[in-house]
Amino acid sequence: MSLEKITKNIMLKGGTLIDPHNEKKYDADVFIKDGKIHEIGKFEKPDSCEIIDCKGKVITHGFCDLHVHFREPGREDKETLETGSLAAMAGGFTRVCVMPNTNPPLDTPESIHFIRKKAEDAPIHIHPIGAVSKGQDGKDITEMGLMHKEGAVAFSDDGLPIQDGGIMRIALEYSKIIGVPVINHAEDECLRDGGLMHEGTVSTHLGLTGNPDLAESTMVHRDLELANYVDARIHVPHVSSAKAVDLIRDMKKYKDDVTAEVTPHHLFFNDEDLSSYDTNLKVGPPIRTENDRISLINAVKDGTIDCIATDHAPHTIENKETTFDLATFGMIGLESCFGVVNKILCNESEMDLIELISLLTSRPRNIMGFESDLFVKETPAEIVIIDPKQDWVFSREHIKSRSINSPYIGKKMIGKVLYTISRSHIFKAS
Amino acid sequence: MLKNKHLLGLEGYPREDIQTIIETAFNFREVLDRPIKKVPSLQGVTIVNLFFENSTRTKISFELAQKRLSADTVNFSASSSSLKKGESFKDTAQNIEAMKIDAVVMRHPTPGAPKHLTNFIDSVIINAGDGTHEHPTQAILDMMSLHEKFGKLKGLKIGIIGDIKHSRVALSNIYGLKIMGAEVTLCGPPNLIPKNIEELGVDYSNDVDQVIDWADALNVLRIQRERMGRGLVPSTREYRSFFGITSERLKNHPKEIVIMHPGPMNRGVEIDGEVADSDQAIILDQVLNGVASRMAILYLLCQGKKVEGE
Repeated sequence: MSLEKITKNIMLKGGTLIDPHNEKKYDADVFIKDGKIHEIGKFEKPDSCEIIDCKGKVITHGFCDLHVHFREPGREDKETLETGSLAAMAGGFTRVCVMPNTNPPLDTPESIHFIRKKAEDAPIHIHPIGAVSKGQDGKDITEMGLMHKEGAVAFSDDGLPIQDGGIMRIALEYSKIIGVPVINHAEDECLRDGGLMHEGTVSTHLGLTGNPDLAESTMVHRDLELANYVDARIHVPHVSSAKAVDLIRDMKKYKDDVTAEVTPHHLFFNDEDLSSYDTNLKVGPPIRTENDRISLINAVKDGTIDCIATDHAPHTIENKETTFDLATFGMIGLESCFGVVNKILCNESEMDLIELISLLTSRPRNIMGFESDLFVKETPAEIVIIDPKQDWVFSREHIKSRSINSPYIGKKMIGKVLYTISRSHIFKAS
Repeated sequence: MLKNKHLLGLEGYPREDIQTIIETAFNFREVLDRPIKKVPSLQGVTIVNLFFENSTRTKISFELAQKRLSADTVNFSASSSSLKKGESFKDTAQNIEAMKIDAVVMRHPTPGAPKHLTNFIDSVIINAGDGTHEHPTQAILDMMSLHEKFGKLKGLKIGIIGDIKHSRVALSNIYGLKIMGAEVTLCGPPNLIPKNIEELGVDYSNDVDQVIDWADALNVLRIQRERMGRGLVPSTREYRSFFGITSERLKNHPKEIVIMHPGPMNRGVEIDGEVADSDQAIILDQVLNGVASRMAILYLLCQGKKVEGE
C-alpha cells in the first residue's frame, strides 16, 4: 500500500467505465497525461507510459465525502489534513468536506483560510465547512458571507446540534445570500438526555442510558419546516431513524432542494451489535434497530437519501479503550466505506453498482455544487479503480488514518478500492 | 463447577448454575450459624475488591464472605485510588493483576465495566453492581431468601416496586426470577419504567394495591434520587402516597405478603419503618443470606484457583 506522486503518464487498460454523471457504463481505456484526462475510448498505447491492467475492474469518479472530521487544528494527535487525506485515498475518496468542530472551531474567515492554505498541496481536495455559530455555541451566527468567500462550502455546528429554533431560522435565512446548505446535526439535547445508545430493548438489557429516535426526528421535523418556511437549503446529515426518513420523504414531495446523507455504519450495524459494549460502536446519532436499518436502506434505494457520507471521526485509543460512558462518540469510516456499502446495498439489497457509485460521486458533488462531469478531456483526474466482486476482511493494516477506532476490523467486506488517482497522486492498495 | 468463568450478570445465566449457587449458599449458611464461622475453602486464594463507587453493605458482605472462606483480600476504593490521579481504568486493572491475584470483585458506575475488564485481565471477575445494568449477587441472595421462605421459586409471584429504570437490582432480579420460573410484575411511576420492558417477560402495573393483592412477595427498591439527576418524582409525599409500602396500605389487604428490601432503606419514603420492622419483612435475613450467597459464588468460581494439597 502506498501513496506516490505521479511522474509518468498512465494508461488504464481493459476496464469498464462507469460515468455516474452521464449515467453510462461502457468498456474503454483511459489515458491520463500530466495528471489530466487526455483520452477515453479505444486507442493505441501511447509511448512511455505506465499501464494499469483494469481487466474485470471498474473505473469511475473519485468518491466525494461531505462529512469528515480531520481534527486540524487542535487535535492533530487524532488526525491531520495529511493523515486524513491518506485515509481518504485508501478509501477511494478524492474530495472531502471537513467539519468545523476543531479547536478552535472553523468559525472565522481566517480559520477557513488556514484550512484552504494548508490543504493546497494535499493529494485530495479538502473543502472546509464553516461553523454556523461563533464558537459553535448555538447563539450568534458567524460571518458566513466572508467565510464563503474564503472557501467554506456549507455551514454546520456538527456535533453540537443547534437547539434554539430561532437561531436555526436566522442561520437558514441568512445562508440564502450565498445559497449554500446549512447542515444541522439533528438531535434534541433535552430528549437525548445523556443517552449513550439507541433507546429500546437492547439498551434496557445493557443498562445503558437510551437516546430515543424522536430526539432525532423531532429535530429533523423542525429543521425541515424551518427550511421550507424561509425557503432555504437544508442538508440532513447522518440520518439514523425510520421516523426521520419518513419526514424527509414527505418534505421532498414539495421541496426539491432538501438533501440528506446516511453513513455506512447506520446501514451496516444495528443496536444488537452493541451487546458487546464495543465502544467503537458508540456514535452520535446512535446505531438504531434493525427496522431503522432496513428503512435507511429503502430510503437510499428510493432516493429519499441522496448520498453516503462516512462521518469519519478519529479518536485516540485512550478515548475508546475505556468504559462505555467515558468513551467519545464516533468511528473512522473512510477506508472501510466502499466495502461496506457495496456489500449492504449491491450484494444484499440488489442495488445497481452505477446507482451506488452515484451516491458516492455525482450526487454529493451536486449537493455542494462541485463539478461532477469528470470524464471530460483536460479534466484533472479524480479517478478510482475498484473490484466490486472482491471478498476481503478489513484489518488494521487497511487503516491509514492516524486513529484506529473502527468496529469493522475482522468484518467481511465485498468490493475493494484498488487505485485512487487524485491531484497527480496515486494510491495503490497492493 | 459453574459453566461460566465469571459472574457478570444473570441475563442468560444457566438455570442449573443458579440452583447450584443457591444450594451451596444454604450449606454455607449453616457455617454462619456455627460458633467458629470460618472454613478453609479458599485458603491461599487472593481476591481484590475493586470499588469504584461507594458501597457499605455489599462491600462488607463480600469481605466477610471472603474472610469466612479464609481467602486473602485486598480492598481498593475509588476515593483512595490512583484514579483520581488520572490513571485509566485499564492501567489500574492491569497493575493490580500484575501483583498476582486470583479474582476481582468489582463495583463500577458504568454499565458493562466488568465485561470491559475481561478484555484486560485473566482473573475471575464478579460483578458487584455495574451502574444501571446488573447486580447479580443481590439477585442471588434475594432468590435464596425467597427460597428459604417459600421452599421454591417456580410459580412465585413477585412484585418489584420503585425506580425500575435506574435499578440494577431490578434487572438482575427480573432475569434471575424469570429463569427460575417465577412471575414478575413491576410497579412504579411510568417514567421510571424502561421502554419495552414487557419484552423481558414481565408485567407492569402503576397500581401498587393491585400488585399487593396479586403478589406473594414484594421487593421494594430504594428511591435513588442521586441516580436521577433531576426531579423525576415530584415529591416524597407524592411518591409515598402512590407507591409507598405503608402499614395502612398493607392493612387493607387480607393476605400477609413477604416484604423485601435490598437496602439502604429510606424509611418513610418507599417503605414505612413499621413495615420494615414487622414479621412480614425478611430484610435482615436477606443481609445474612447475602454473606452466604457470596461465599457460595466465590467458592464455586475460585475453588479451581486453589493450589492442590494446600
